[in-house]
Amino acid sequence: MKPFFKSTSKLLVAATLVMGLGTSSLMAEVKNKFTVSWTIYVGWMPWDYAQQKGIVDKWAKKYGIEIDLVQVNDYIESINQYTNGKFDGCLMTNMDALTIPAAGGVDSTAVIMGDFSNGNDGIILKGKKSLAEIKGQNVNLVELSVSHYLLARGLESVGMSERDVKVVNTSDADMVAAYSSSDVTSLVTWNPQLSEIMSMKDANLVFDSSKIPGEIIDMLVVNTETLNDNPKLAKALTGAWFEVMALMKKGDTKALTFMAEASGTDLAGYKSQLNSTKMFYDASEAVEFADSDALPKTMKKVSEFSYDHGLLGEGAPNAEFIGVEFPNGKTFGDPSNIKLRFIDTYVKMAAEGKL
Amino acid sequence: MKRFMNLKPSKATALLLGLLPFLIAGLFYIVASDLRLAENPNDKLLPSMASFSEAIDRMAFTPSKRTGEILFLEDTSASLQRLGLGILISAVLAILIGIPLGFIPFIRAGFSPFVAAFSMVPPMAILPILFIIFGMDEISKVALIVIGVTPLIVRDLQQRVSEIPAEQLIKAQTLGGSSWSIVIRVILPQIFPRLLDSVRLTLGTAWIFLISAEAISATEGLGYRIFLVRRYMSMDVILPYVAWITFLAFLFDYLLKKFTYKLFPWYKAGKDNS
Repeated sequence: MKPFFKSTSKLLVAATLVMGLGTSSLMAEVKNKFTVSWTIYVGWMPWDYAQQKGIVDKWAKKYGIEIDLVQVNDYIESINQYTNGKFDGCLMTNMDALTIPAAGGVDSTAVIMGDFSNGNDGIILKGKKSLAEIKGQNVNLVELSVSHYLLARGLESVGMSERDVKVVNTSDADMVAAYSSSDVTSLVTWNPQLSEIMSMKDANLVFDSSKIPGEIIDMLVVNTETLNDNPKLAKALTGAWFEVMALMKKGDTKALTFMAEASGTDLAGYKSQLNSTKMFYDASEAVEFADSDALPKTMKKVSEFSYDHGLLGEGAPNAEFIGVEFPNGKTFGDPSNIKLRFIDTYVKMAAEGKL
Repeated sequence: MKRFMNLKPSKATALLLGLLPFLIAGLFYIVASDLRLAENPNDKLLPSMASFSEAIDRMAFTPSKRTGEILFLEDTSASLQRLGLGILISAVLAILIGIPLGFIPFIRAGFSPFVAAFSMVPPMAILPILFIIFGMDEISKVALIVIGVTPLIVRDLQQRVSEIPAEQLIKAQTLGGSSWSIVIRVILPQIFPRLLDSVRLTLGTAWIFLISAEAISATEGLGYRIFLVRRYMSMDVILPYVAWITFLAFLFDYLLKKFTYKLFPWYKAGKDNS
């Protein structure tokens, strides 16, 4: 009878797990333990520093909560886990926030826009010097990512469209090896791979994100329901973030070296990546960016690109299907289906020293 | 007394019992999916049956907006070509390497340790080298399958060849057979069904390498599509693709088995007796 009992209990456990999968997600409530996922990227290393050096804990304690930053190795996986309710917050770009959680029906709020890519993403041609020469080539890139968006914007700038090239989906981890292969002639990627490839033979950077400033934004996204029920979470995170920003602005070598090593490079390498990243060291700058007229325009472009590539889901009848809200009350898209919100509430508090 | 262990189900009952787990799994899925969708109608993790049929209709029956091709057919044919080519090359290589290794002591002494060591190299770990040697195109994807699968079949064949009873080989020699004619007349006919068996066993591995290769760099293929739409969590596309891959793998295994038994009835008889 024992084995029978054992297998039955196993079945019960499995059944409970399946049911749990169905019900556990996102029951909003006031709580005091939170998890936020992060992945390695130049603009997100400050979070790692803040966590390792106890800055996050310090701020969390101030608001009587606990915050755990969890490093996830795969960027998309971390967003998917967030979308499924495994994390309360997650670091991602504006485009991924629109196409993954928002398109998946999870109402998300961008609490802090930490930086935008200002040269961190680029198009490289092997042996050719101008973007127009990309015509007819195979272009290796991570399809449906910001690289794909950058390519579309680049082609637009020289009067071409995606029909003029052939996109080959290539994993970001294999970009550097791909460039070494003789049949790869052009690719689009981001740092640190970008600078690695630029140091190789015949690599020419023909277009980069500094030509479309402010369009690829790296931000901290929190589930809107969780945020509304627990504003303390946003306060603590924003406080911790700008404490590290102040250190970085001063050029604190110790902090920068820590971040460099954690991201697998050295101080010089990390600094050169920072040069192509527009960090908002001052909270007031971040407020200004969030309130700017450029942001709704960017999100319109991103929505249109995403719609054209089927990223808004099949139910989407047009690019305006998902509503996006901005701090000054402006919206883009369907106001009755707002799933992505940009706010300046907490960065403003930081700017005014009220955290 | 009739013991439970001695009761045998009739054919119809066996069929029903076989279907039962599938039905239960399906039912579990529907319940879990309904629960999640009730909470968030746009949830993508466990899509409803309706969104599956929409996705299948879109992928398999409607030409793509961007290219005008039926994506599902494109993906399937691209993947099957790669898989077929990879398996074929592996099987031919395995015969060319496995038989001499098992049959000729001098060759075995020289190469067996190398083959054994080579078979332990995880191909995924040396992927960048493969890219540089074979380029990013089709060749590198087929090469990944070949490198991953060949050593497994070779080692299996080598083992099978050395298991052939010495009496047979001695008898063939007393009848005047040369090394070459013994390979052709004695070894090869006996080894062939074992090769097919070995291919069947490695099919699963071959699929893994195929999907991995397509995840890394591709413009079409079953693995490519899954990894592409994974970016925005389209489980409505991914799950039918997974079901299709499973079905194809199952079908190949079944067909190879039938083919082997049809072609080598003595092999089946031998197996049934043992």
